[in-house]
Amino acid sequence: MIRLSGVQFAYNGFPVIKGITHSFAKGSFTALLGPNGSGKSTLLRLINGILMPQSGEAAVMDRHTGSYSAREMARHMAYVPQTQYNTFPATVFDTVLLGRNPYISWSPAKDDRRITAEILVKLGLDDIALKDINQLSGGQRQQVFIARALAQQPSVMLLDEPTANLDLRHQHEILRLLKELSESGITVLAAIHDLNLALKYCNEFMILDNGQVRAEGGTEIFDEKLIEEVYRVRIKIFRDGGEMFILPVEPV
Amino acid sequence: MSRELELEKQYIRFTDRKGRFLWLLALATLLLGVLGLALGPSSISLNDLAALFTSGGDELHRGIVMQIRLPRVLAGIVSGIALSVSGVVMQSVLRNPLGSPFTLGISNAAAFGAAVAVIVFGAGSMHSSSSDAVMIANPYVVTLSAFFWSLIACFLILLVAKHKGATPENMILTGIIASSLFTALTTAIQYLADDVQLAAIVFWTFGDLSKGGWHELLLQVIILLPVMIYFYRNRWNYNALDAGDETARSLGVNIGRLRLTGMILASLATAAVVSFYGIIAFVGLVVPHMVRRVIGSDERFLIPGAALAGAAFMVGCDIVARTVIAPMVLPVGILTSVIGAPLFILLLIKGRGGAQWK
Repeated sequence: MIRLSGVQFAYNGFPVIKGITHSFAKGSFTALLGPNGSGKSTLLRLINGILMPQSGEAAVMDRHTGSYSAREMARHMAYVPQTQYNTFPATVFDTVLLGRNPYISWSPAKDDRRITAEILVKLGLDDIALKDINQLSGGQRQQVFIARALAQQPSVMLLDEPTANLDLRHQHEILRLLKELSESGITVLAAIHDLNLALKYCNEFMILDNGQVRAEGGTEIFDEKLIEEVYRVRIKIFRDGGEMFILPVEPV
Repeated sequence: MSRELELEKQYIRFTDRKGRFLWLLALATLLLGVLGLALGPSSISLNDLAALFTSGGDELHRGIVMQIRLPRVLAGIVSGIALSVSGVVMQSVLRNPLGSPFTLGISNAAAFGAAVAVIVFGAGSMHSSSSDAVMIANPYVVTLSAFFWSLIACFLILLVAKHKGATPENMILTGIIASSLFTALTTAIQYLADDVQLAAIVFWTFGDLSKGGWHELLLQVIILLPVMIYFYRNRWNYNALDAGDETARSLGVNIGRLRLTGMILASLATAAVVSFYGIIAFVGLVVPHMVRRVIGSDERFLIPGAALAGAAFMVGCDIVARTVIAPMVLPVGILTSVIGAPLFILLLIKGRGGAQWK
């Protein structure tokens, strides 16, 4: 679905992504992990074609990301950035309907409104459909942005810290929703800070450190030494039945 | 009925309300237009006006309406549409509620262009007409020069955009700098001008709809029609841009091209108005915000709404300008500022605690 081959990127000569090669399978839910500045957000932007690799290649469905027009890319891939503020007020319905933008040529058709209404009902946002998005709580806003991404009917969904600034309940709700989406066949990639949340909901993990992949795979890649080296925090790993938990102890 | 269908219907009712407001604005524009034809130093009754468009009517009235008032009302409509829609587009592409045709220094550049024409090309020799109005001897030279310098301001913006990116911050900063620069240059020229030239420069800066006629109107429509169609065509993309650059990009919008084209065309539309009529301030700032307050910021409705409200606002201001101290006619630019500035402050104070303009 997504293939990275030797992808490198530098901001103003400062290397941020240093030769990443990886493939993301269809329907996988991958957590991009790593400390601040490890290159998670940049990697998402490279995959989405917002940034172009300075060397190497990023391909989506066997096509170089640079060969897609913005509109074409938006039909395959949705991206939910970390922070979003509307300059001017917009209703929830209009915000989600905007996800149909890559399909609308002159004006939204009946189908576009139907798809929007279906998504709003599915995500339980129908009661706030005509409310101003800037007046919603952080959790509701994030749900609306995911709903908008869904309206794009993408096969890949990228999210940059989708649970940032959310309370515990909303963190779990958002990740559970993403897990359901991946189970329905959408490839989901999310940059996540909370290791326990990632462990609970994701089935693939990529740990980035200083622009390079330190480890990738399933839960077996987690060990105390690796996490301590990457995050500079001493941790303890507990297991309870099939589940794994990480307890941060102290910075090293 | 399924919940989805119910929601869809609810949304359609919600947008229909906005549609009805547009019809109301269209009606207001039409009524003000008719009022604009009837009112003036020599009032024409509605019956006489109707007679002009049906059975011929009075020759004197025909002359007044066809040669003076109709072009003036149409000039108000065209200018109001151009300035208001340019304001909407600039606010959207700059992601800044203070975006307006004047934020980028376009009108100041036009004023400088007029001053250059008066001094360098000698367009400033003046005479009194029969109605004792001050006339500029060579208005086309002034218009061309104003238009040329408006485009220079536009290219200045593009130059910065090309080298530093067309970000809202870069655009606004460049606009402020361009405004200051052209104001300073105009002041310098005024300082060097003699009394007649100085009067001519000041006269030009008064935004006045009587400066144009049928030919100017035709030229404006030729310039503005494709520009307005382009803006309306991209209304969805402007909605996406309101949600942020990265979001807009991920929704399939080529943001660099949209922002740059929007800026160029909005500048062109502004130049097409101020070059003919002089500086008409506040329309591009106040009207979009008034319309936002009523129907929200969905560009699908905001663009036509601002166009209609802008037209109504301009025609209304011009009626007041022609009647408030009749028989003397005030330049409409004075009225748009005198009415627009307090209105804008009122909108700020009455704004919903800042939630409106996050």
